Amino acid sequence: MGIALQSFATVAEAERALSASGAQYLGGGTLVLRALNEGDVAVEHLVRVTDAAITDIAIDGGRARIGAGVTMTAVARHTGLEAIASAARAVGGPAIRNMATVGGNLFAAAPYGDFAVALLALDATVETGGADRPIEAFLADRAAGKSSPIVTSVSFALPPPGSFRFRKVSRVKPKGVSVLSIAAVIETAEDGRVLAARIALGCMAPRPMRAKAAEAALAGQPMTEQGVAAAVAAVAEGIDPITDAIASAWYRAEVLPVHLRRLLLE
Amino acid sequence: MPKVPVQFTLNGEEKAEFVDSGATLLKALRDKIGDHSPKGGCHQGTCGACSVLVDGELKLSCLVLAETCQGASVTTAAGLAENGVLHPLQRAFIDGFAAQCGFCTPGMLMAAKSLLDRVPNPTRDDVVEAISGNICRCTGYEPIIQAVLTAARANSQNAA
Ligand SMILES: Cc1cc2nc3c(=O)[nH]c(=O)nc-3n(C[C@H](O)[C@H](O)[C@H](O)COP(=O)(O)OP(=O)(O)OC[C@H]3O[C@@H](n4cnc5c(N)ncnc54)[C@H](O)[C@@H]3O)c2cc1C
Ligand code: FES
Ligand code: FES
Repeated sequence: MGIALQSFATVAEAERALSASGAQYLGGGTLVLRALNEGDVAVEHLVRVTDAAITDIAIDGGRARIGAGVTMTAVARHTGLEAIASAARAVGGPAIRNMATVGGNLFAAAPYGDFAVALLALDATVETGGADRPIEAFLADRAAGKSSPIVTSVSFALPPPGSFRFRKVSRVKPKGVSVLSIAAVIETAEDGRVLAARIALGCMAPRPMRAKAAEAALAGQPMTEQGVAAAVAAVAEGIDPITDAIASAWYRAEVLPVHLRRLLLE
Repeated sequence: MPKVPVQFTLNGEEKAEFVDSGATLLKALRDKIGDHSPKGGCHQGTCGACSVLVDGELKLSCLVLAETCQGASVTTAAGLAENGVLHPLQRAFIDGFAAQCGFCTPGMLMAAKSLLDRVPNPTRDDVVEAISGNICRCTGYEPIIQAVLTAARANSQNAA
């Protein structure tokens, strides 16, 4: 039996087609096609949206809105998104980045989802059905196994210059699957003390999670060896890392504080 | 198996075929059209042997539905030589012993071409990054990196 591809000009039409059994949304297809090649028999129709708006990037008044169909390559090359280009470049090799979309990354289970980790640190909102929802609520629904309507875009306040940090750790050089990834938005006052910090972790749960204990421990501290020590000590609170062929949960938990410390002091 | 029509340009030639609905571009190219230059190594996106250019962008043909290439321009390693003259990348790969078993070579060539199309004078790091999605089990990568750098120099000399 073949897989039927259905293309729709609007999100609303695609949404209706997705309510049929055996239907799945097709973004860039890097995970969907991989599953089909491996013999996923649950899928009968692939549904895609051809509306060009889903591949738009708009920067306006300090906020960025990125269409769900925008590829990692397009994010990495966009001059208005330089601050977060490092996170887009961390996904796969060049061919994967030409295919992998922002929307698909929100659904990728660990060890994937490096860009979603960045979006979580940016406190992005996820647009479905014309409404923006906090990414934390979106990810919580994903965790609860709720099926999602089509994501049309993500948006976030562009981080102040120098405040966004990102690190992906992999064992294959130059590129490989994540042992872990960390994204952080850290705003400091003039005296160098941390005003506000958001830290997001990849591979520390099946989906990206915030390191809230570490964030709290960092507030008011200077970004020095001593200043970050409490945050580094607290980062493992609440984690439940994945185990896969790349690394065990134990290993991931052991190296997480090391990499957070390096990220904060870089 | 239901069939769907798909029409695209392959290495400058118009192609119109009926492919199995849900067939990948890799399958359409190899099993339908008879272009065997893209290789199926893993069918998971991890080896890069199936790399082709779709409208000038490097894609993994094992993860692309043939139907989504309707109207596109597809370039494979089989289209690199012109009028019987090898592409500078192919020449450099041969001269530099950058192919042993050769299974990765068409994918490496396309990844390298995609780089040189945008960055004619790449650094070594650019080359390493450009082929980072392509696995080679034979050469240890060094001859491939050198061949791409050599081809880039040959290109820029020709242009000068
Ligand atoms: C070789 C290889 C290497 C990879 N390396 C990395 C890596 O380093 N880092 C990383 O983060 N990921 C990696 N990935 C995983 C994947 O490529 C990315 O996560 C990518 O962003 C997924 O996007 P996609 O558009 O290809 O998703 P698709 O495969 O199209 O879709 C994935 C899932 O999301 C759903 N979906 C997609 N878009 C939407 C939408 N707009 N609304 C609702 N549902 C949607 C689909 O129905 C499907 O369930 C890799 C994959 C491969 C094959
Ligand atoms: S066959 Fe496509 S990446 Fe291996
Ligand atoms: S030459 Fe054999 S895999 Fe590269």
